[in-house]
Amino acid sequence: MIEALSGAASLIASGDAKLLDIVALSLKVSLSAVFFATLLALPIGAAVAVARFPGRHALIVLLNALMGLPPVVVGLVVYLLLSRAGPLGQFGLLFTPPAMVVAQTILILPIIAALTRQAVEDAWLEYQEQLRSLGVSGVPAAMTLLWDIRYSLLTAILAGLGRASAEVGAVMIVGGNIDGVTRVMTTTIALETSKGDLPLALSLGVVLILLVLLLNAAAFLVKEAAQRKYG
Amino acid sequence: MSALLPLTLRDVSFAVDGRTILERVSVEISAGPSTVILGANGAGKSVLMRLMHGLLAPTAGRIDWSDPDRVRTRRLQAMVFQRPVMLRRSARANVTFALQAAGIARAERERRTDEALREVGLLHLAGRSARVLSGGEQQRLALARAWALHPEVLFLDEPTASLDPSATREIETIIKAFDASGTKIVMATHNLGQAQRLGDEVLFIHQGRLVERAPVETFFKQPVSPEAAAFIKGELPWA
Repeated sequence: MIEALSGAASLIASGDAKLLDIVALSLKVSLSAVFFATLLALPIGAAVAVARFPGRHALIVLLNALMGLPPVVVGLVVYLLLSRAGPLGQFGLLFTPPAMVVAQTILILPIIAALTRQAVEDAWLEYQEQLRSLGVSGVPAAMTLLWDIRYSLLTAILAGLGRASAEVGAVMIVGGNIDGVTRVMTTTIALETSKGDLPLALSLGVVLILLVLLLNAAAFLVKEAAQRKYG
Repeated sequence: MSALLPLTLRDVSFAVDGRTILERVSVEISAGPSTVILGANGAGKSVLMRLMHGLLAPTAGRIDWSDPDRVRTRRLQAMVFQRPVMLRRSARANVTFALQAAGIARAERERRTDEALREVGLLHLAGRSARVLSGGEQQRLALARAWALHPEVLFLDEPTASLDPSATREIETIIKAFDASGTKIVMATHNLGQAQRLGDEVLFIHQGRLVERAPVETFFKQPVSPEAAAFIKGELPWA
């Protein structure tokens, strides 16, 4: 254990090229997934919060339930869709980083959408009468609410990022864990642990935790500053 | 002068989950005198104002403005709530937001915003975030937001109920300025002193019914209904 830790420390300190490549790909994949999922989830969450339509409650329950979507299941479904015989097989995306982005986007979209829905709905309860009095409803109202709670939405987006960067099942299945192509932090940790290369696995684990900590600290500071400024 | 008034309510009732909150209220609100809707907590004042303003739909009866164009009537009225709801942006931006929603052109928005903020004495705080202003300042900002819209009718729902006496005085001064500028005031309150200071006529609501309508002086000197008499007597010591 001590040996592994010191090995991890020297790997990180030396800026090992292989390690950096893996970290960079992980960030690229997960941040892309967060970007696309946020783009889709914010309007979905806001619409479900503000609009009234039949089946709305069922949709809310579904969104909340999908927050716990097992990554391996998402991976399997995306695998089937993208495999050569699948409906999207012609694009040849399987075992490429874009396939990993697709899988993670699907995985975290419900998380960001459900948390956005809750936040927007709370704001809507507070603002509804005032906005309607000013003649603002529908899409403009939803946009106004999203903008007004923009700093609270950081938490929802971070929850998505946390999930994306921590999961291993989906990227393993659709990425294939190919060395130098689709190998990311979590899949490397899984592989190297089973192979017995504990220093690399451990150093990736440390980097992963540090990155998540760093992002959360940054988001916390931004939120605090906004709270002081805007109330 | 007003294209909007009179506002006519015919047998308006409102119920939620089978519980009646307002029952067969018929009244005509005309231009001119300030109307104060008076009654105890839970009498139905707020619901009556929300029905008039169009935030709620009556479960029975009709509510008609003299102008049948719904878009125009919406633009010509404003409402100030007991607790002001401010967006997380500057005081100035909160006013321009309302003007933008009303379809006012950009140059005109700037001019009206400055004018309204000056009117309520908040021009020096225009750049400050609205949500960090004090309760009284936020309510003045809510009035500025309404002022900028140049409404023909201004609804006020207990606008000073959560404010201290000095903030209350400031708000009342602004409401008087609205009145002087020709805006029709319709205000709900349970504060008898405020009703006397700001109102010309009283609509007295008791348990969801419009019990009495009278000029302010008559109402306080010679209430006709026993409910109104009891309300005046009961409320006066704390007014």
